[in-house]
Amino acid sequence: MSIEHVLFGVFALLTVVSAVMVIVAKSPISSAMSLVATFFFLAGIYVLLWAHTVAVLQVLVYTGAIMVLFLFVIMLLNLGEANVTGPRVTLARVAGGVAAAGLLAVLVTAIWRIPSASTFTGSQAMSQGFGTLAVIGQTIYTRWLLPFEAVSLLLLVGMVGAVVVAKSRI
Amino acid sequence: MVHSVDIKYYLVLAAVLFCLGMFGVLVRRNALVVFMCVELMLNAANLTFLAFARQNGDATGHVSAFFVIAVAAAEASIGLAIVIAVFRSRGTVNIEEIRTMKH
Repeated sequence: MSIEHVLFGVFALLTVVSAVMVIVAKSPISSAMSLVATFFFLAGIYVLLWAHTVAVLQVLVYTGAIMVLFLFVIMLLNLGEANVTGPRVTLARVAGGVAAAGLLAVLVTAIWRIPSASTFTGSQAMSQGFGTLAVIGQTIYTRWLLPFEAVSLLLLVGMVGAVVVAKSRI
Repeated sequence: MVHSVDIKYYLVLAAVLFCLGMFGVLVRRNALVVFMCVELMLNAANLTFLAFARQNGDATGHVSAFFVIAVAAAEASIGLAIVIAVFRSRGTVNIEEIRTMKH
């Protein structure tokens, strides 16, 4: 049992616990803060997968930009705690739980049948700079240039669309 | 790499995250929390991409995760703008009370 196993166990447990907190929290603020914690622990798991660049992007873009947007909207709408009036166990909740548990069972069964062939050659890939910004940037700008430009267009359209939709009068 | 964690465990963690997000989308009634659960599902997809990228030693999975993050940013901006517009006209973000698009 190496340090990687220990770190993976700790990060996985914390990720799942904070993801559950996102769903069961009563106020949207608590959900948003739990989601920030989830993203931080997931960034730790990405580092274990040698995806350092994506981990940095996760912290910068998700917890830095998207969650600030979420918190801003929650505070702008001034949403308090949801007053629970109906029964706690409804048909929709039971149906949702059954659907999620069924999908989880199917996925785990399928994953467990994957033969654990260790094709990954660790130290060799590490010396080639696997997961660094240089390698990812080279891949993006050679093989994925058109999708990259499409994403920049998508973000522009999203920005303009958000302004148009949220504006009170056009 | 004898001591590294098997890819199965990463995939199972991603499956658990995805199902938690799906459960939240199906169960929660607050539109903002539903959006947060969609973000959870997108992160589960990212985790799968990165796990396979490490398994194959290929940077394409990292590029896919980058694209997923960019699409999530665009989705969050548009979705939150729609939430603001709906809240302005209806005074609620409870998706049970927004019945215009139901037949």
